[in-house]
Amino acid sequence: MWTWFYRLASPPHFYRVAASLVPWLLWPALLLIVLGIWGGLVVAPADYQQGDGYRIIYVHVPSAYLSMMIYVTMALAAGIGLIWRIKLAHAVAASCAPIGASFTAAALITGMLWGKPMWGTYWQWEPRLTSELILLFLYFGYMSLRSAFNDLNQSDRASAVLALAGVVNVPIIHFSVLWWAGLHQGPSISKLDAPSIVFNMLWPLLTMILGFTFFFLGVLAMRVRGEVLEREFHSRWAQDVLRSTSIMEADR
Amino acid sequence: MNLGLGSLFLIVLQRDLMIAMRRWSDICNPVVFFVLVVALFPLALNPRAEFLRALAPGVLWIAALLAALLSLNQLFRADIEDGTMEQLLTLPYPLGLVILAKTLAHWLVTGLPVVAVAPMLAITYHLPADAISTLLLSLLIGTPTISLLGSIGAALTAGLRQSGVLLALMVGPLMLPVLMLGARATDIALSGDDPTGPLYLLGALLALALSLAPPAAAMAIRISAD
Repeated sequence: MWTWFYRLASPPHFYRVAASLVPWLLWPALLLIVLGIWGGLVVAPADYQQGDGYRIIYVHVPSAYLSMMIYVTMALAAGIGLIWRIKLAHAVAASCAPIGASFTAAALITGMLWGKPMWGTYWQWEPRLTSELILLFLYFGYMSLRSAFNDLNQSDRASAVLALAGVVNVPIIHFSVLWWAGLHQGPSISKLDAPSIVFNMLWPLLTMILGFTFFFLGVLAMRVRGEVLEREFHSRWAQDVLRSTSIMEADR
Repeated sequence: MNLGLGSLFLIVLQRDLMIAMRRWSDICNPVVFFVLVVALFPLALNPRAEFLRALAPGVLWIAALLAALLSLNQLFRADIEDGTMEQLLTLPYPLGLVILAKTLAHWLVTGLPVVAVAPMLAITYHLPADAISTLLLSLLIGTPTISLLGSIGAALTAGLRQSGVLLALMVGPLMLPVLMLGARATDIALSGDDPTGPLYLLGALLALALSLAPPAAAMAIRISAD
């Protein structure tokens, strides 16, 4: 039952499987995102309070969701790599970090752009934005620890410990930020007390979330391929792959 | 030689304290830095009493956090460099216990002096007496948590040559809950309300860090000592 798993964990096999997987992830991502944008910008009605300004949630909410989902994925992969010593899992964790940091930045920027017309200011020390900012710092810490080591094996395991410590801390940070904000200022706009969302507003959002997730998985597969190739650079299969691509020919 | 876990803990604690006592600058530097940072604010901003009073909880807590972050860099470094850590790794005892003893020694030497001078500095910020006692209590519960969380980062970076900024960048975000709870508890006491809630939460964080940080730091030390 586990043989497919062990085979997948072998770098050359993964390199081939991922290559055939990428179009199956990125094409659906494109279709879903186009459909979601059409739904969000054309089909969904304007909000009675926020007008058309709310439509940025079709980018903001999927980014914010992915920023957290990717951190958990990264910590899971790092944990698997640390416990079972699977190199491919470490490659996945390493590839997750820059993607996750980008989505966190996207969530922050779209949140600030939404804040300008709604709150009248780009930045509010609002719990969600603050948590997202701290998450960005967590990604930065992880990435700078990775790059500090010369030895790849050490870098993998050390950053895995940090990712696991971070994932234990994320809920603590989240709830202490909520507590801190609740004490500090009046209740800000929250999803829970808003009237429930209309179906025509909801389905484009869900479509976008799904499309963004497919996009993440496609980009992840591409990044892990590159990461694996770089790690196994001196191995025979990697040299074969490199020799057969036109990049090496052009170099010569 | 057959040692109990308690006596091993005490031996490591005693050794680290003795080493620290022979190098006074290690003890003095964090406190002096703490005092310096706290003294910067009235100079750079506005020395009016009511203004400083509002600023005090945040400034004192941030300064304590920065002093801890600066001193943590040295927690395991000397032991890794002179080979002591390799000897400790071969002990037939849980490494987490050794880490806990070393972290406690480090806190006694660098954290406790900061806590001790904090009330004096709070007076220069015109804090009322009951807010000072809350500040003292919150620092007393909060700074060990900071040291424990920092021990993970110190263990991860102990083998690296340049690690000061990296360490702060790595473990800083993890320490934010302690900072928020500690500063807010003092702030609540300052406005005359009951700060028991955040103090309990700080205690909960300390219990969590006590149980989870030493094993994580032990794992990190094994990686660094490779």
